[in-house]
Formats: sequence, C-alpha cells, structure tokens
Amino acid sequence: MDWEYFLELFLGGITRGSIYALIALGYTMVYGIIELINFAHGEIYMIGAFTALIIATVLTMAGFNQVAIVVIASGAAVLYSCAYGFTIEKLAYKPLRNAPRLSALISAIGMSLFLQNYVLLAQTSDFLPFPSLIPDFEFWEPYAHIISSQELVIIITTAIVMILLTFLIKFSKIGKAMRATAQDMNMAMLLGVDVNLVISATFIIGSATAAIGGVLIASHMGQINFYIGFIVGIKAFVAAVLGGIGSIPGAVLGGLVLGWTESFFAGYVSSDYEDVFAFIFLVFILVFRPSGILGRSVSRKV
Amino acid sequence: MLNIKKINTYYGNIHVLKDVSIEVNEGEIVTLIGANGAGKTTTLMSISGLAPPRSGEIFFLGTPIQDLAPNKIVSLGISQVPEGRRIFPYLTVMENLDMGAFLRKDRDGIKEDLDYIFDLFPIIAERRNQAGGTLSGGEQQMLAISRALMARPRLMLLDEPSMGLAPIIIKQIFDIIKKINTENKTTIFLVAQNANLALKVSHRGYVMENGRITIADSSNRLISNKQVQEAYLGGV
Repeated sequence: MDWEYFLELFLGGITRGSIYALIALGYTMVYGIIELINFAHGEIYMIGAFTALIIATVLTMAGFNQVAIVVIASGAAVLYSCAYGFTIEKLAYKPLRNAPRLSALISAIGMSLFLQNYVLLAQTSDFLPFPSLIPDFEFWEPYAHIISSQELVIIITTAIVMILLTFLIKFSKIGKAMRATAQDMNMAMLLGVDVNLVISATFIIGSATAAIGGVLIASHMGQINFYIGFIVGIKAFVAAVLGGIGSIPGAVLGGLVLGWTESFFAGYVSSDYEDVFAFIFLVFILVFRPSGILGRSVSRKV
Repeated sequence: MLNIKKINTYYGNIHVLKDVSIEVNEGEIVTLIGANGAGKTTTLMSISGLAPPRSGEIFFLGTPIQDLAPNKIVSLGISQVPEGRRIFPYLTVMENLDMGAFLRKDRDGIKEDLDYIFDLFPIIAERRNQAGGTLSGGEQQMLAISRALMARPRLMLLDEPSMGLAPIIIKQIFDIIKKINTENKTTIFLVAQNANLALKVSHRGYVMENGRITIADSSNRLISNKQVQEAYLGGV
C-alpha cells in the first residue's frame, strides 16, 4: 500500500469535510432549535463567496496588500451573510413559526430559489474566476505535494472556528440559552429567555460559519457561480443528517465522514461516481442508525 | 399582589378560561383545585404570558401584564414551576440552575441564592454535575423548584408539584413549599391534584370547574366543605 497516497487522500478528505462541516453547522443548529431544514442555507454560503469576490476585486484594483484583502474580504463576506441569514429568518420563517412545519419548509425552498435567481440576475450565470486569497507558503514547500498550503489553511481555520464555537455554545450565556431552547422552547421562555433573540443568534452564527466556508472553498476552487450553493448545500445537509441532525459534534463528524468517503472513493475507484457513492453511503448509515451517527433516538412527547 | 380580573383564554377556537378572577395577596399560599381539563394549567400559562388571555386583565403589583412577553413577566418577579417539571434533560443540574437566573446580573445575589438552595436541597448540591435527565422524579421536582427560586421571584407559580411522586417525597415537597413561603417570603400560587395536602399548607383556595371559578374560600373552610370533600378530597 502506498502510504503517502493514502495520507494525501486522508488529508484531502479532511479538507472537503471541513467545508461540509462548516456549512452543516448552520443546518444542524437551526434544526435543533426550530426543527426547520433551512434550504436557503446553501445560498448563504454562495452569497458569502460572491461578497468576498466583489470586495477582493475592488480592493485589488485599489492596490491593497494581500493580507488586508483577505481580512477585509472575509470580514465583509461574514457580515453580509449574517445580515442575509438574519433577514431571511425574519421574512420567511418567523411569520410561519406557528404554521404547519411543511409551510416553513416550502418557504425555505422558495427562499433558496429566489436567492439563486437574484444572484443570477444581479451577477451572471457564467463561472467567475475567484482570486486565490491564500498564497503558497514557502516554508510549506517540502510537504506541499501531500497537502497544499491552501488545504492546510482550510483545515486550521475550520479547527479554530470549531473550537470558538464549542466555547460559545458551552460556556456563554447565549450558548446556554440556545441549548435550553433546543431542548424545551416553552420552558426557556418561562425562565425569561427571549427566544426570538436566540433564534436570530442561531441564524447569524450559522451564516457566519457558512460564509467562512464559502470564502475558503471558493479560494481553493478558483471559480464560483450562482449555483454553487445548491450542491454543496445538499452535501452539507447530508453531513448534518449523517452525523445526527441537531447535534453540533455530529455535524462535524458527519462532514468528515462524508469528506473521507468522497476522497477515498475518488482516489481509489473513480472520481466520476464520487457523489453517487457518497449518497449510497448515507443510505447505508441511515438504515442502521436512523438518527445519524451521534443523533439521539427520538422519543416523542405525547 | 396578583390580581386576575375576568380573563378569557382560548386555545384556537376552544374557550378554556371563562371570566376567571383570582386574587393572590403578598405572603400568601393560594391553591387552585379542579378536575383534569378544568383549565388550571391554562390559568398559570395565562399569567406567565405563554397563553395570553383574549380579554380581561392581569395585574401584578399594580402593573397590567396580560399583554407582556413571557420574559418581561419573569423580570417583574413571577417564576413558574410547570407541570411535569420540564427539566432540561441534557443540561447539567448546575446549568439548569444557571438558566433559572438567566435574567439576573447580580453575581453576589445569585451566589447567595445558590447557597440557600443547596442548603434547602443537599441532594441537588451533590448532583450538580449530572445531566438533569438522570435525576429521579423527586429530585427533578426539587431541581425545578430550585430553578424557579434562582430567579428570586416574588411570586412562584407551582403546577402539580406532587404529580407522579411517592407519598413520602410529596410530603417533603410540600414541607419545602411551606418553608419557602415562610422563610423566603415568597408568595405562592399552587395548582394541585393532591388537594388535601395543598389545602393544608395554603391559606386560601379556589375551585375551578370547566374553566370557571365556582368556589373561593379559606383553605380551612374548603377542607370542611361537603361538595369539595366529595369531588376533590376523596370524601374524607
């Protein structure tokens, strides 16, 4: 067995998985609190990538240096995506909070289609080149054939985001309120939690991680269009379900498992069918663990 | 302190509370008894703002609260221990208590109340790092009361505190309720299935039938009332 090739695929899987995990977090956190599959979440990621592209292009023309461009473009992408996430919830989901679950789901699909077409009209249907925001580090040269500088940055950034998020959820006041609201919304209200605030915070945090994912992957792939949110959104959703929807560690694990599955299948079998294999794997896991790898078995209150 | 004036509350099109008027004075323990489905829980949810009345008024310390959001009502000093305890199962006991003090910012006061609670329920102190869902029914009830106390309420609403508990635990819970009322000067409005014990610890009581208040009297007189005895006290 060629260990170097294996390692390459393994790390490539982590890179893909990191992106899936960053986006899956938004699905899983929103689902955990309002039991809605936010289908417009993939579009948030796409909008993050577009924002970064526009800002980076403007700043490059204005002659800013590389570091400033990366920081400002990413910051703008995060802010803009958060604003979108916040607004989408207020416009499309909040009015339907007491309506049947299916209504909100359809509203989410509508929002997703609207955002795709809005970006299609406002921008273009063509693929746009995305500048490589992350340079090839010189010191990394000896190892670059196993994992590129870009992939390294993706993995490290994801790890940092995950650690920060874990601290936020575990120890901050809003984090505790989020967990309490996810477990029993009415009880949280009886203790004085403003659930509207908690729900908004959930959408904002999910959008921020999606935007980070969007910038990282766009910079890695080198091109974007209005449709990138759809397929990555579906894959991230698969990751969330795979890990156990509603569970934050589950989203991360699900993302990694999906990333590895795709990477190894593409590397050892065929890259043409990697998506097929990824979804077959999903079906296989759900047959044996219907609530996902880390999901809690659902016991409904009657 | 709490003054409910002719409220009407609906769940969808179902008219649950019909012209309900209840008064709770500062320092009292007041009990609301009634059969299943009479509207007792709805009364508490109307006070807490989760099922706001369509008409009528609710005053707390002179402020109308019937249109306020639940978190505003909590911040005025009303805490509820709901039916079924509703402990957050995946939060630790300590985190459950933290959630009780969610709206408070006075660290010293919170610490004081925590010490008081650990003194009141030593078992809660022992279990503080366990997940709430792993506690027994009686312990969960103690935690639910503790969680409500962490808000330092002036009025505590208690819904069926004895539900599903062993008789010896029920006795213990009611002793604590009495203690909280006398020691801590917390006013208590209690909804109870176990009308016997509840009336024994309370000063006054109301009887609710099909969403209406039918009798209002002192607890002593309610206990000796023939009608009440037959319907709610197992004909003692």
